This record gives sequence, structure tokens and C-alpha cells, in this order.
Amino acid sequence: MGWEDAKGIKIVTKNFGVTDSHKLAIYSQRGGWSGFKKALAQPRATLVDEVKKSNLRGRGGAGFATGLKWSFVPKEARRVYLVCNADESEPGTCKDRELLAFDPHLLIEGMAISSYALRCEHAYIYIRGEMMREAKIVQAAIDEAYAAGHLGKEHGTAEGPFKLDLTLHRGAGAYICGEETALLNSLEGKRGWPRMKPPFPAIKGLFREATIVNNVETLMNIPDIVEKGGDWFAKLGTSKSGGTRIVCVSGHVKKPGVYELPMGIPFKDLIYDVCGGMSGSRPLKGLIPGGSSMPPLDASELEVPIEFDALMTDPRIKDVEVKPGVPFDMGGGRKLKTMAGSGGIVVFDESTDVVALCARIMKFYAHESCGQCTPCREGTGWLARVCTRLAKGEGRLGDVELLANIAVGIAGNTICALGEAAAWPMLGFLTKFRTDFEAKLAKAKAA
Amino acid sequence: MALEFSAQAKQQIERLLTRYPNKQAALLPVLHVAQDEFGHLPDEALELVAKTLELPPSHVFGVITFYTMFHRARTGANHLMVCTNVSCMLKGGYEILGHLERKLGVKKGETTPDGAFTIVEEECLAACANAPMMVCGTDYFLDLTPQKVDVILDDLKKRYEQRKLETKKGAS
Ligand SMILES: Cc1cc2nc3c(=O)[nH]c(=O)nc-3n(C[C@H](O)[C@H](O)[C@H](O)COP(=O)(O)O)c2cc1C
Ligand code: SF4
Ligand code: FES
Repeated sequence: MGWEDAKGIKIVTKNFGVTDSHKLAIYSQRGGWSGFKKALAQPRATLVDEVKKSNLRGRGGAGFATGLKWSFVPKEARRVYLVCNADESEPGTCKDRELLAFDPHLLIEGMAISSYALRCEHAYIYIRGEMMREAKIVQAAIDEAYAAGHLGKEHGTAEGPFKLDLTLHRGAGAYICGEETALLNSLEGKRGWPRMKPPFPAIKGLFREATIVNNVETLMNIPDIVEKGGDWFAKLGTSKSGGTRIVCVSGHVKKPGVYELPMGIPFKDLIYDVCGGMSGSRPLKGLIPGGSSMPPLDASELEVPIEFDALMTDPRIKDVEVKPGVPFDMGGGRKLKTMAGSGGIVVFDESTDVVALCARIMKFYAHESCGQCTPCREGTGWLARVCTRLAKGEGRLGDVELLANIAVGIAGNTICALGEAAAWPMLGFLTKFRTDFEAKLAKAKAA
Repeated sequence: MALEFSAQAKQQIERLLTRYPNKQAALLPVLHVAQDEFGHLPDEALELVAKTLELPPSHVFGVITFYTMFHRARTGANHLMVCTNVSCMLKGGYEILGHLERKLGVKKGETTPDGAFTIVEEECLAACANAPMMVCGTDYFLDLTPQKVDVILDDLKKRYEQRKLETKKGAS
């Protein structure tokens, strides 16, 4: 199915705009919890297969195939935990917060089904500490689900009795806790320091047991996959990415917002059709395609479909370079374009000081580095300082090359992907907007 | 003087402990309870939490200082968390921050002398499509303009004075 056909199909935002959509009565009235019933009648392996068939890919940033991830849980695992990552804090991303506020029961049902499929008896939702409003809403929803007997009560299933407990756990302000192993440490009452992988959480995660971490949006797709089938879901999307896609559009467009759209809609249609075009009279200069850790695109790259693989491989996107003519090597000769990431799309027009924008991004990652690895701790600090002085017109000769060198020194040399989250956009901004950086330097020299 | 949890907080902690396979895992939630109870987390609160969860105080200290939402010192009654990250920056987040600083006469990170407000410069607060924005407790203030900020401040200030009056009445 092309994306034109999938227009209008809503899965995770189907209850948006419905009065009191966060209440169980409304959720049930609209067909809620029937997926759970259907799931319990099936063997677990069938459910995992269905999710595999659906081509559902993780919506937290990496786009990893959900069914495949689930199948990594060892059959002999003593205990399995499911943890929902609701730590949303990647700059430019604002979908999970709205999903939690508008339809908490869809998440709870998705987690109940997933827990059954994974043999999890106690699941956790790790919600970002600052989201106090959403925490209240989700806790109220959990209480309702307990009272109704969906949670905390034994159900008969195709594989014997099943009972699920669900606990909401509030973070306390640390971006790095969105990284899944940092999140697990935080949930264990420790500092949110990422862990070395392997072992991967599916083998040894929360409390040293097999653990699956999935994003809010990922889990909210599960009830419809069970109800309507993996094939149906797969067909909605493109060849290797099933379903719809939520994007959060912000910046200089007429109608910013959170939209559930067909997988694979091109940026151009998103901006000029869905979002009503640019907000001012100035043309688009560029955009961040999936949260601030993803390399930006410039105005000539908007025909590309918004889909996981396309953003990594489409020839219409230029390779990110270390310096003009020298592509950045991610290892093994793999080139970097960009990634769909978290769905946070930040559009900026010609009036934007991209060097200042890039400096703000670098300041963020420097602030959020947990400090465990030297290349990340020192490198992100340097990126922030050098980029900031360039932005202020106080750059020094060689600063543009220095920034690229620092970024290359970080990428691939750290425990977690926060290092790349800073290095990639740095190189990306330098590649796509090099003249802006050089102009700043020229200004500094003239002064 | 050593601090104690109120009966209500104790009950809350009892409930929390049933949700985890060990006491340490309840640390973040219990710290939230403690901060709600005492307003901030001075040494006495830290020790109380450590004792309650049978953890070394040094571990509790390491955790408190890792997370930005736990405060060792007293802060304002209203935390104005203003986002200046990418989407907000593009739409005037820094202007909003500057306006707040001028209006309240304190800089980011500082608390007004009457204890009513603390200004916090925040990273992305996940409302980017409604930039610029700020959060205060469970309230989101979206699509801000300086004029909107003035109205919000007046309102928060009024509510703060009222609460103060009520606590005074309750105490006497
Ligand atoms: C620095 C960093 C921050 C992250 N923040 C988040 C986040 O806020 N929310 C999220 O769902 N995933 C985040 N992730 C991705 C998680 O590590 C993990 O891949 C994801 O939660 C898995 O869920 P999914 O497969 O459903 O996408 C982050 C990763 C990194 C490296
Ligand atoms: S890469 Fe950065 S954030 Fe990740 S573990 Fe290392 S120092 Fe911490
Ligand atoms: S950038 Fe300000 S809320 Fe996301």
C-alpha cells in the first residue's frame, strides 16, 4: 500500500479529540480491552510471530524490529520484565507526552498484551520526572485498570493462569535515563549510568533478569496488531516498516503539531501540505528529521520519505562528511546520512542562525553527558564551547576543523549512544551548512 | 533535630515498597515523597531516607546529586521551568526567559526574596509543537508571549499568597 492509501488511518491517536479519552469507561466503550481478550486465547509464540509479521519497529529512536527484540528473551528465563520507556526528552520530540495524556489505557492494554506474550508478571512504566501532570493521569488510569480487574487479577489463558502487576515509576530529571540501560539502573535506585552492552537487557536487564524495554508509541501499537493482524499492520507501511508514524513538527511552520501519518510520507508533503507551509515569508533553510541527535537535512533533501531505512540510505540525502569530499565512516565503510529517530521534526527558515542552533544542541549534550566515558565527557564539553564561541563571532582559525575532529573522536568510542547523539549532528551541521560556519569565522577575523 | 515522616508519608512508603523486589529500587519514589514532605532534601532528610531503605547515606547522596529534580537547598514555591531548547529557541524561548528574569528581578537558577518563584532554564520539556513554553508543577503554559507570561505570573502569585494565608490559618 502506498502512503496515499493509508491516509486517515489512525492507530495510536485514534482516541484523540474524544471527550474524556483518558477514562476507562470511554476507552472500553470504544472497543478497548478486546485485543487483550483475543490475545489471551492465543499461545504466546503466536503473538510474538504476529508482532514479527507486523514489521513494527521501535519508535524510541533506533527503529529496531520489535518482534525480533522480543524473540531474544531466553525461553529458560526465570523471570521477565517489561519496561515502558516514557522518559521522552530528546529535544524536538513531544509525542509520548500527548499519547500518555490522551490515551493511557491504550498503553496499559498494550503492556498487558505484551506482558502476556513475554511472560512478564510485573511491568513498569518509567515516566520522565518532569511530567507530573501525565504521571497523575497515568496513575489514575492504572488504578482504574486494577479496579476493573484487568490488572492484579488472574486471567485464564491458552497457556494457563496469567496475572499482571503494573507500576508507574517517576524519574527525577536526567536525559540520559532515556537510554535503556541507564533507565534500568535508575529504576533500580541508582544513578542513571548506562551499562556496557553486552549483556543486552533481553538477557540480563532489570534486577539482573531478562528485560524488554519498549517506547510508549511502540507498545500502543500492540492492541491493534492483535485485533487486526500483523499482515494488516505491515501493509499499512512500507516494505520493512509497518504501521503509521507519529511525527512532532515544531519550528517555523504554520501548523506545528503531533500528527499520526502514513509511514513514508515525504518531508515536502508534511511541511507544505499537512503543516500548511512555512509560518513566515522566508523559505525553509533546513530541518532536523528525528530529534536533535539526528543530522539535519537542507532544503534540497525534502523529497525523501519519512521512513527508517530511507533516511539512512536514500541517495537524495548527502553523506555526512568529516571535511568536504571525505565521507564520515561509521565503521566498516558504512556511511552516515541521517535517521528517523524519535519523530521530532524541527523546521527552520532562512532567518535562522544555524551555528547558534547547533551550539544550543551541543550545550544540551554536554550538559546531559553522564561523564562515565572520557571521549563523551570531554568531547561534548569541547563541542559546546567551540561551537558557542563560533556562534558568538569569537571563533578562532581552525575551529571548523577542530569541531569535526572532536566529533570524530567521540563517535564509536563510548559506552552509550549519547556520544553519537552529539557527534552526528555536529558533523551533519558542518556538512550541510558549512558556509554558515565559515561566515562566522570570517566575521570573527574581521572584528 | 532528626526528621520523621508523617503518618501519611509512611503509609505511602509502605505501599511503594510492595511494588519492587528490593528496597533500593524504591529510592527515587521515596525521595519524591521526602521532597514533597520537607520541601527539599537537606542532610537530615537524606539520612532519614537512607535509614528507611537501609541504604548507605553515601549512595543516597550520589543519587540525589545525579538528578536535577532533587534539591538540597530550599527553593521557591513555584518552579518556573522555561524551555530554551531547539524548538523553543526558534520561537523565542530565550526572550521568554529574559522577560521572566526582568519581571521577577532574579536570574535563572535564583529564587525571588519572597520565596514565591524560582526560575529554572530547562531542556526540552516535550511540548515543542507549542513553543515557546514553560511548566510549573502540573501546569503547562504553551505558545507563550511576554503578555501571557505577565498574566500567568499574576495568577500564580495570587494563588501563592492565598495558600500562605490558608496555612497560617490552619496553624493558628
Ligand atoms: C541518549 C539516549 C536517549 C534516549 N532517550 C529515549 C527516550 O527518551 N525515550 C525512548 O523511548 N527511547 C530513548 N532512547 C532509546 C532507548 O535506549 C531504547 O532504544 C528504546 O527505548 C527502545 O524502545 P523501542 O525499541 O520501542 O524504540 C534513548 C537512547 C539514547 C542513546
Ligand atoms: S557516552 Fe556519554 S552519556 Fe553515554 S555512558 Fe559514556 S559518558 Fe555517559
Ligand atoms: S524544545 Fe522546548 S519543549 Fe521541546
